[in-house]
Amino acid sequence: MKQLLILSGKGGTGKTTVASAFIKLSNAKAYSDCDVDAPNLHLVMNQSSQAYNSDYYGLPKAQINNELCTKCDLCRQKCRFDAIAVKEDYTIDYFACEGCGVCEALCPVDAIKMKPAVAGELMLYKNGTVFSTAQLKMGSGTSGMLVTKVKNQMKEAIVYADLAIIDGSPGIGCPVIASITGVDMVLIVAEPSISGISDMERIINTAKKFNTKIALCINKFDTNLENTKKIEIYCNKFKLPFVGKIPFDKEAVNAINKGQSIVEIKCEAGKATKEVFEKTIKILDEEI
Amino acid sequence: MRIAVLSGKGGTGKTLVSVNLAAVAKKSTYIDCDVEEPNGYLFLKPKKIQTEKISVKIPYVNESLCSGCRKCVEFCKFNALAYISNKVIVFDEVCHSCGGCSLLCPQKAITENEKVIGKVEKGINDNVSVFTGILNTGEASGIPIIKNLLNGDSNKKELTFIDCPPGSACIVMESIKDADYCILVAEPTLFGVHNLSMVYELVKLFNKPFGVVLNKCLDKENPAEKFCVERDIKILAKIPFDKELGDLNSSAKIAVKENNKYNSIFMSLLQDVIKEVKSYETTVNP
Ligand code: SF4
Ligand code: SF4
Repeated sequence: MKQLLILSGKGGTGKTTVASAFIKLSNAKAYSDCDVDAPNLHLVMNQSSQAYNSDYYGLPKAQINNELCTKCDLCRQKCRFDAIAVKEDYTIDYFACEGCGVCEALCPVDAIKMKPAVAGELMLYKNGTVFSTAQLKMGSGTSGMLVTKVKNQMKEAIVYADLAIIDGSPGIGCPVIASITGVDMVLIVAEPSISGISDMERIINTAKKFNTKIALCINKFDTNLENTKKIEIYCNKFKLPFVGKIPFDKEAVNAINKGQSIVEIKCEAGKATKEVFEKTIKILDEEI
Repeated sequence: MRIAVLSGKGGTGKTLVSVNLAAVAKKSTYIDCDVEEPNGYLFLKPKKIQTEKISVKIPYVNESLCSGCRKCVEFCKFNALAYISNKVIVFDEVCHSCGGCSLLCPQKAITENEKVIGKVEKGINDNVSVFTGILNTGEASGIPIIKNLLNGDSNKKELTFIDCPPGSACIVMESIKDADYCILVAEPTLFGVHNLSMVYELVKLFNKPFGVVLNKCLDKENPAEKFCVERDIKILAKIPFDKELGDLNSSAKIAVKENNKYNSIFMSLLQDVIKEVKSYETTVNP
């Protein structure tokens, strides 16, 4: 099974719009949403069956037993995340605690224990196709690990599929690194604005570190033709395969608001996305 | 007065709102906490930039002292250490710099080195002091940079706009912790509502006063507006979707400086927000 990951450096560029169109066009039997902070794909990929839900445990978090605590202050001094506060008693700031366990290891009277903590929820839809997604709980830090789980959950559930489409996470940090790991190709969706170009360059530099195939398309290309040109020149210069331009289309907004992907309705954006799709798949299938 | 601008996702106009508010104010500070994709400086074009490198501590193992007990490897919750062919190997991309391994090594074989993960740039343009955090590509977490950015601005009296990272994860919480008010920016789509609902949960959890700016409003139905009305959430402003604003924005121009219409939209938004903060302060601390 080949895995195609869609990334954009930042949200709002139309990553999920493109991913949902690709899933429809390829009739993909497996797909997942790695944007565990703010998953959106399920909104356009209506599922007819119930999801199998499971809790995601991140790292355990510290808990202080104040009956044992002698207020020696060692834990507070050594916590690098400023997660320990002293009010009347010693308390742990649940959001700041990263679960490293230093306080537990140092406490001379064993007043601190690491306790399991639910950090999010994994959802798996299975009926002919496999759709894996998740939602991180507010303020849980370790999203990279959850992204890996989302991808593994998808892979484990598939009986057979040629192609898996993965809607990536925004940014360049740990969740993105976790989404790129192990995929066959990355499609970057860029936006023709000065900010968009800066984001694009950063995500290209991140993706290059992983030795996967990279291609690039531009969404809403007609909102700034000059910047669109700049992106095309950039691709040319760095020999990045350029797979097409999708226009801004009010119809696309309507489709999404109805929970449909843009290739299910007749619109210019949908037509262009189809071309982008065909070129992308060609590159994905090329042997190197 | 610290005002955090957030949205469930990027691309909704967080930077547009915070940059224009900062520009329309008489004197202000703009802090770009979106360290993975900082964009605000592209608009504000700060000058006289001072750069500070931001680093974290990464363990360094002195092989001649190491006895091979593997206490450090067993301890590390992030699997940043491994014992391979009689040596402790450090994977610094996953190290959280908790310091545990160096504290616990019975042989005192582990010390710590500084590793640069990014930088903070401080500059000024007209009335706006611009602070930008930039995370190096390939680094896992920008939180140390955000901490530096927010602590580096000691003048709490001045109007400060914090352009938050997208999402609702730990990194966003770090950015809003000390904010006096939160502006949530939302797009008029189903995605927009879903993202808005997440940051809405977040500000409620932190008990922050907040209001919503509806961006890219078309004349059609606006699911984000409906969400606000149903929950009795204050709508601070509606910014229309128009080509002119799109053009200004995509060429990294500051709308309030180019066009009177936008100047008055953001001016009145700013006044509303200040009023909101003041009234909140008097109800909480009379
Ligand atoms: S704890 Fe110290 S002595 Fe033991 S394996 Fe680690 S570095 Fe070596
Ligand atoms: S500092 Fe903490 S996270 Fe880093 S290697 Fe040591 S124990 Fe692991």
